Amino acid sequence: MRPVAASVSVTRFPVGPSVGVSRRSWRLRRRVPLYLMLLPALIGLALFHYYPMYGIIVAFKDYQPLIGFAESPWVGWYNFRLMFSTPDIWEILRNTVVIAVGKIIVSQVASVSFALLLNEVAVLWYRRLIQSLSYVLHFLSWVILGGILLDLLAMRGLVNNTLVNVGLPRIPFLNSPALFQPTMILTDVFKNFGYGAIIYLAALTSIDPNLYEAAAVDGANRRQLLRHITLPGIAPTIVLLAALSLGSVLNAGFEQVLVMSNPLVLSTGDIIDTYVYRVGLLGAKYGIGTAMGLLKGLVSLVLITLSYYLAERLANYRIF
Amino acid sequence: MIRARSWQSTLFDVFNLGFLALLGLLCLLPLIHTFAVSLSSKGPSMAGLVSFWPVGFTTYNYEHLLVASQFQRSFVISLVRVLAGTALTLLVVVLTAYPLSLAEGFPGQRVFKWILIFAMLFSGGLIPWFLAIRSLGLYDTMGALVLPGVVQMFSIIIMLNFFRQLPQEMVEAAAIDGASHWNILFRIYLPLSLPCLATLGLFSAVGHWNAWFDGMVLMKRVANYPLQTYLQTVVIGRSFAEIISMVDTRELAEKLSTRSLQAAMIIVAMIPILMLYPFLQRYFLTGLTLGSVKG
Repeated sequence: MRPVAASVSVTRFPVGPSVGVSRRSWRLRRRVPLYLMLLPALIGLALFHYYPMYGIIVAFKDYQPLIGFAESPWVGWYNFRLMFSTPDIWEILRNTVVIAVGKIIVSQVASVSFALLLNEVAVLWYRRLIQSLSYVLHFLSWVILGGILLDLLAMRGLVNNTLVNVGLPRIPFLNSPALFQPTMILTDVFKNFGYGAIIYLAALTSIDPNLYEAAAVDGANRRQLLRHITLPGIAPTIVLLAALSLGSVLNAGFEQVLVMSNPLVLSTGDIIDTYVYRVGLLGAKYGIGTAMGLLKGLVSLVLITLSYYLAERLANYRIF
Repeated sequence: MIRARSWQSTLFDVFNLGFLALLGLLCLLPLIHTFAVSLSSKGPSMAGLVSFWPVGFTTYNYEHLLVASQFQRSFVISLVRVLAGTALTLLVVVLTAYPLSLAEGFPGQRVFKWILIFAMLFSGGLIPWFLAIRSLGLYDTMGALVLPGVVQMFSIIIMLNFFRQLPQEMVEAAAIDGASHWNILFRIYLPLSLPCLATLGLFSAVGHWNAWFDGMVLMKRVANYPLQTYLQTVVIGRSFAEIISMVDTRELAEKLSTRSLQAAMIIVAMIPILMLYPFLQRYFLTGLTLGSVKG
């Protein structure tokens, strides 16, 4: 199809707008391919992004699978009232925010620290090696890493066996409600700290080496170099990522929690996404599930918009 | 430059190198442990005696995977999904990014951008997504794994920003010589953006290989599960029925340990990622910085 389109435009309009056809219609015809190019994405967006958005009306309906969501009867705010009368709802919201914010803070600190430590290593191959090792886990799925961690952190797993061998008590990482959230935060940071450090390392390498030399000539020691050159150099990146992370305050990590949680830790491990999945989808309470998802979607929309606004104001960042 | 080094500085270096070595090792140890378990025989494996070296070395678990039909079927489904999904995604990325990147603009360009951005910022949530895909007749088909993810908004934006950096004079010159937009895109833009395309392709491939939740929700029969979804049922869900269906009960009683078998499956599922790893490393730095901060 492509060569045909090409030959058409070449033979009909060999030297641009001046031959026979008006400039206006030449431009119009020349634009046709542009619209054709956008067509696949438009169809994809319509079917898999905007059509589901239309499905949000399920939140205001008593959805009956047999008649579909357009025909199901309206019930107004019933699903929302039902949702807020669930005793667990505040617990679920709190779990979500605590896990998500915990991850944001701990992972930022871990990534920046790791990047700074790595930056102090003068031996290039050593630096590369450590960096390569640090982000290998990022590319594994939560099924794989979760499967490995469930085995390692189990009561009879390698970690606890090691603890016993050195005379410490076993720790119920995955079965104690009090420890479940810290376990989620730390294992997530474990998976992603190396990957998160890449952007800081890129920022570190873009600091002008002349600054370091000049400061060293003036007698600055390593701590002073860190404080007055390195940290100010990556401060904009830190601010940018902090601003952008605002958008994920309600993302506690669905796949991770789904893989690693169990009924024992429901009180601290149930987050919005797992609730929607368990109650809404598995329990077929589509109305409540959609209402909950809509609430999350709307709050996230506000937060993400705010985060992009802040990123632009504070760090001159634009996605387009 | 000769730098006088204080003993504190040297001490810091020693501790720093040591600490980073431990950290690097820490990232590797879980994988080594799993590998060791996968090569250990039933007794030591079940008793938790294996740490980082196989105990009672056996390749039995891997040999078993060679005859485990559902495991292999799921592996193939995942491969097909990676290839089809990545190819389609890249095609849509290129086709969409080009018109949006044109500085000359055309009616509808801004509107389309906002349609794209809004879809990135807001989604209907899990249940409307599920109901929509089911009502499109994709439930329990390969299409459900490939088609919903075809429009990757973030990749499109990265590509679009890359296209914008290309010299516009080149495009103008080509247009004056009579090149259509198809020609400009596929003969001029595309050859120049291969590194960017490779990055996005790798990310898409890893994403497809690692995806499991969509398979769990959108596939009805286990026979249609991609590998990671299948692993989810066997390793995380500990679906006993699935494990039993994989093995002979007598074998299970005698030499097969479910733990070692699971470890072997995890290792095999990791192999494609580890094979792509050197390429990922080479490209993802560009990928990360491309779409982000622009001066």
